[in-house]
Amino acid sequence: MIKARVTVTLKTGVLDPQGKAIEHALDGLGFSGVGQVRQGKVFDIVLDTSDRAKAEAELKDMAAKLLANTVIEDFSVEVL
Amino acid sequence: MKAAVILLPGLNRDRDMIAALTKISGQAPQTIWQTETAIDDDIDLIVIPGGFSYGDYLRCGAIAARMPVMRAVREKAEQGTRVIGVCNGFQILVEAGMLPGALMRNASLKFVCREVKLEVANAGTVFTSGYTQGQIIRCPVAHHDGNYFADPDTLADIEAGGQVAFRYTADTNPNGSVNNIAGIVNKAGNVLGMMPHPENLIEAAHGGTDGRALFEAALGLVDA
Repeated sequence: MIKARVTVTLKTGVLDPQGKAIEHALDGLGFSGVGQVRQGKVFDIVLDTSDRAKAEAELKDMAAKLLANTVIEDFSVEVL
Repeated sequence: MKAAVILLPGLNRDRDMIAALTKISGQAPQTIWQTETAIDDDIDLIVIPGGFSYGDYLRCGAIAARMPVMRAVREKAEQGTRVIGVCNGFQILVEAGMLPGALMRNASLKFVCREVKLEVANAGTVFTSGYTQGQIIRCPVAHHDGNYFADPDTLADIEAGGQVAFRYTADTNPNGSVNNIAGIVNKAGNVLGMMPHPENLIEAAHGGTDGRALFEAALGLVDA
């Protein structure tokens, strides 16, 4: 069994109004000096295999086909 | 021409769409459930209505776009069948890769439910031929994720190819869409996606009929 984490983030240059709102809220809570916040998604996935190379390839395929919208998002895959 | 409406769990504008198509064409559209893998040959217009398919999980339209019926919709579209996606239907079409770009959270971060004004940016499509170029029409919108985005190259391509069918007038852009884009067609011109709801402005009881010409054109009821 392999545990993995796929992280999806907005591409550079894509506006992130939600990240902006979080940035302002942090400022409102007194956290000064927050330069920028970008919001993303994390997927923790358990795979029924012990082949790490195969798992990584499959996770990348999953990310490209469903977990991320590659028009606006990048992804990274981490086999834990 | 015969129309069909795609049904998915979580859509809620399907009844409005069915009513509009029935009133305008004189016959009830066929309804097609998401698990269907084929669409009848006699269907000339496929409509994906609005709503919140799969509760907007992951991304709006993301799960719906990967349901079996969407493979059938894509095949029909490639054969030239007309396809309209409204609101969530537009989101599903971009998620399915049948239209370029993406629809992101509204710039205001607010759900917007109101009337906007649309400029007919290309009256030469099979969907807009009932309007005149540059005509301003009224249309309701109701969405949280209608902020159209495309990378600069794609955007230039869409603009150069006349693929922008509708634009919000600058003062009524409800969501921050780039170039005020409200609706686009694919390169072949037979697939239209738009955030506003023309099906909700088709009879006097709605307070206006500006949306009617779109369906009349799509159904082949006006001279192109």
